[in-house]
Amino acid sequence: MNALLPYTLTGVGLFCLGLHALLTHPHLLRKILAVNVMGSGVFLILVALAKRSDSPVPDPVPQALVITGIVVAVAATALALNLLLGLAASSGKAELAEDLDE
Amino acid sequence: MAPMILTLPWGVALIVMPVVGALACYLFRRAAKPLGLMTVTVTALSAAGLALRTTRADSYHHAVGGWGAPLGIELYADGLSVLMLVATAIVACAISFYAARFFDDKEQARFWPLWLLLLTAMNALFLSRDLFNMYVALELTGLAAVALTALTGSQDALSGAIRYLLATMLGSLAYLLGVVFIYHGYGTLDLAMLGQLVESNPVTWLALGLVSAGLALKTALFPLHFWLPPAHASATPPVSAALSALVVKTAFYVLLRFWLEIFPSEGAAPAQLFGLLGCAAVFWGGVQALRARRLKLLIAYSTVMQIGYLFIAFPLGILLAWHGALYLLLSHALAKAAMFLAAGNVLYYGGHDRIADLDHVAQRLPLTVAAFALAGVSIMGLPPSGGFVAKWLLIQASLDTGQWWWTVPILAGSLVAAAYVFKVVGFAFTQAEAPQEAKLVPVSMQWTALVLAVAAIALGLIAPWTLTWLDVGDPFSGAVSR
Repeated sequence: MNALLPYTLTGVGLFCLGLHALLTHPHLLRKILAVNVMGSGVFLILVALAKRSDSPVPDPVPQALVITGIVVAVAATALALNLLLGLAASSGKAELAEDLDE
Repeated sequence: MAPMILTLPWGVALIVMPVVGALACYLFRRAAKPLGLMTVTVTALSAAGLALRTTRADSYHHAVGGWGAPLGIELYADGLSVLMLVATAIVACAISFYAARFFDDKEQARFWPLWLLLLTAMNALFLSRDLFNMYVALELTGLAAVALTALTGSQDALSGAIRYLLATMLGSLAYLLGVVFIYHGYGTLDLAMLGQLVESNPVTWLALGLVSAGLALKTALFPLHFWLPPAHASATPPVSAALSALVVKTAFYVLLRFWLEIFPSEGAAPAQLFGLLGCAAVFWGGVQALRARRLKLLIAYSTVMQIGYLFIAFPLGILLAWHGALYLLLSHALAKAAMFLAAGNVLYYGGHDRIADLDHVAQRLPLTVAAFALAGVSIMGLPPSGGFVAKWLLIQASLDTGQWWWTVPILAGSLVAAAYVFKVVGFAFTQAEAPQEAKLVPVSMQWTALVLAVAAIALGLIAPWTLTWLDVGDPFSGAVSR
């Protein structure tokens, strides 16, 4: 438990930092990076969880989860960047449009 | 014949068929349309097979590769899963036949692989029994849905898709962090095992908060609905239909599973909060729908409103209320798909969906306007539609539990829904100021919308049978006993 605590606090810190950036920065690239920072926070806690018991052999389940999580995060980031490039090419700026109802 | 039907691994087919079909559509772009239609049909037949199996026997289990839970992946289907799968199959068939006529050749090749992947992900989610599989399936659903939103590549669609992607990623990460805390506390991710292990402590509360917030964002519960209207209104009509009718329900399904199996005893205060947010969603969605000037935006806000109803079941918490919420979910899936497909016909016909400029649509597209109006009957909750049965059950539940005040938003919401449905139908009969060029709408596209709308009405007539089926495997037993 004690060995886990610093990792958990760092992970939660990264999560909150990313959330703050996601909500406050208008530029989409920063938003995408922010989501990645949040993801890193979650993965950090997951990796640290492998040592949740005192046994010398780490628990393999969280590590399997982290690999899947990273794959998902990479795919999502690739999709986001692709959409961002498309939006920047068609609108000239990398920010979200507002009102749709005209 | 009958024993063979009972033993085939239908659950596996529901996941393998569409993923193989998606890859085939991607590889053989020219033949994407026939391949896609064939795959959707076979997948729907598998859903029917699974349904037949669960009506004859009890719930369905399949240990993938012979490795059962907790080590391996286990597929599981009770009445709740099967109804979600069947509803998905019916709506997916309709959307597929519609899309086969709606898109041009170039768009067909882009649409089918993503659409079949979306179907795979949703089927996998409804058959999942552990928290991490649910995470993966939710993410796959989200990614496929976002890519479909951006299908046309227009500026609005791209902007809506990115907003949607960021919201869905944020929701998933909150969910995953909650799952991490659950694994830390209990050392397992299996839903059934967690149900027995879980106890009331700060870690559980933290996990409950994170999971609920993440899933509420993905379900677009007010005030976390900001991403839904732009995404659903800017996607192409068949995609909008899939997003509104099916995709938002996937996150709600996961939330429901958590609530029914893991957190039944944590309920009181968060359940009240869900109920209040649900009421706020009913009013806010209704008012925004009334204010909308574009038809698809109106329908998207109507989805925000209907999602609110689903959450009113949480503070009630008895079997009747869960039945009501599920019935609303099913009838909304059919009715909302019908509405978006009808809107698609209007868009196809006139090239725009401005409500005030609907030019004699009722005379020119009578089947489409009939579909919209019939779907509207179910959305309003008039008898004998599925929406009526759902609202009846919710009202009955709120009276039975002595919480009569929840009937106010349920009834008032129906009036608001009536107002925005009639607003559209009214403009459909009048002449627009500027005459417009019109494009002939294929009859099959008109009939598809109408068939879905009629199904939403018919759902009200088969309610006793459907509700008995919903209880196969007792999905609600955990939450009702409290």
